[in-house]
Amino acid sequence: MSVEVAGMGRAKADGPLKLAVPRGALFGETLDALDAIGIDTAELRGESRSLIFEASGITLVTMRPSDVPTYVEAGAADVGITGKDVLLEQDDRVVYELLDLGFGRCRMVLAGRRGDAKLGESERRLGMMRIATKYPRTAQRHFESTGHQVEVIEVKGSVELAPLIGLADGIVDLVATGRTLKENDLEVREEIVECTARFVANRVAHKLRAAEVDELTAKLREATG
Amino acid sequence: MVIHPIPPGTRDVLPDEMRELRRLHLAMIEVFEGRGYGEVSTPAIEYDEVLARGDGRTAASAYRFFDEHGDLLALRSDMTVPIARLVASRYADAKMPLRLCYLANAFRAVRPQRGQMREFAQAGVELIGAPAPEGTAEVVEVLEATLDAAGLNRAVIGLGDADLYRQLLTELRVEGEAREAVLGKLAAHDLVGLEEELSSLAGIGDEQVATCMALSQLRGGREVLEEARALGGDAVERATARLGETFEALEARGVADRVQIDLGLLRDLGYYSGAILEVYDPALGHVLGGGGRYDGLLERFGIDLPAAGFALYLERVHVAQAEEEVRGGGEEA
Repeated sequence: MSVEVAGMGRAKADGPLKLAVPRGALFGETLDALDAIGIDTAELRGESRSLIFEASGITLVTMRPSDVPTYVEAGAADVGITGKDVLLEQDDRVVYELLDLGFGRCRMVLAGRRGDAKLGESERRLGMMRIATKYPRTAQRHFESTGHQVEVIEVKGSVELAPLIGLADGIVDLVATGRTLKENDLEVREEIVECTARFVANRVAHKLRAAEVDELTAKLREATG
Repeated sequence: MVIHPIPPGTRDVLPDEMRELRRLHLAMIEVFEGRGYGEVSTPAIEYDEVLARGDGRTAASAYRFFDEHGDLLALRSDMTVPIARLVASRYADAKMPLRLCYLANAFRAVRPQRGQMREFAQAGVELIGAPAPEGTAEVVEVLEATLDAAGLNRAVIGLGDADLYRQLLTELRVEGEAREAVLGKLAAHDLVGLEEELSSLAGIGDEQVATCMALSQLRGGREVLEEARALGGDAVERATARLGETFEALEARGVADRVQIDLGLLRDLGYYSGAILEVYDPALGHVLGGGGRYDGLLERFGIDLPAAGFALYLERVHVAQAEEEVRGGGEEA
């Protein structure tokens, strides 16, 4: 069911370079970018439930975007693609950020209920805002750097729910088109940072497989630039 | 059964592992002693003030506490600073160069679930009173012999220059906060951020941004020195000259083959100057250790001597050793 990969376990493969491919929102554009540099992704686009694919001299490993820094830092994957939002949230992970791929563009924003003064009122009267988010560290850092006191509440699912039923005064979340916010009667109050997909590399792979990593970086730069 | 916890990031070692660690330890010490490096031991706790003298910003201990007299003590975060203290106090009039080695536990704050420990063992050497390039070359030679003794004959040593970017930024007149920001991006190897940071600075042209970016990606054999030189500038010229001299000294000793010149190397300990080293093995995704020159460190302890050294993380070397064994040892990479 799965492809045999050389050097499993802790060991890094001496075989093909392993590239961590993010499933989810970045999946389609990542595959397009890989196609553009001559890596055949037809198998990944199919119905296969496999997680590991061999394609054009490279091993593609599919995973959640938020797992990419974990695999790449440990060297289980040599290189990977994930969103800047993930890298910001896991900024203690040591991975080399080599390239801004430009796609998957979205904004990390602070949003509150439309026409609702709750955010400001909570801060004025209660000393802090309650903020629900899937990005607690990014949110905490942002409010610290802008001098606001907040109580960050981490949630895993639909963040939009939190201010609607009173868990939080506002949310910090990623917005691509703004449709989800609109449909839930939320509006952007503040832009925190713009995020795109990034190409990252393991620290050791960047040194020991320099030629392959550089070639891949150059090709991706050309294809997405 | 009652489980009594120990702090996260610390661990017990049981006999099977201990036997292997001991074997590794002995193999390493044998290399050190065989090359005239005498083993020393220093206290795990020191006065905080003494450790901070070494490098207040980055090497400062995460674990500090008061003793019964109200003095502030700290657990050491590496061995280089305690040995600098020891040399200044005990060997100020000794005949140089001085060769010391150690296997000791050091303590750092860790982020959870990262395969890092709060308490970890380091094996390393310090060569005091031998300037670049010969002193650096000797240290690299000992490092290679140590890696061989550990069975890591595929390991690679990265050789960079700690002063390259400091001097380059001075040349480009990047100072103050901007300088720290740029160095921070370089140390984190965030190239996207580095390019943004540099491009946002007034007085830095596109060409200079491109130079910095290209430099940070230059790594390989001798040829990268030429490639770097082609990018121009005094700072690059000086750094490549230093690296070239070191590389020649390594070639003369016949130990240049496993050295990768790396102009993007930047170690986060603040006391390094000139040559810096990092050790990689293809069997492990983490760096095995590092080192370099710290010609200014002993001066902070009142004795002005050039110095260089390296430290390997014993547990990581052990993991890499186990992986290499699984792989079948002597096979070609």
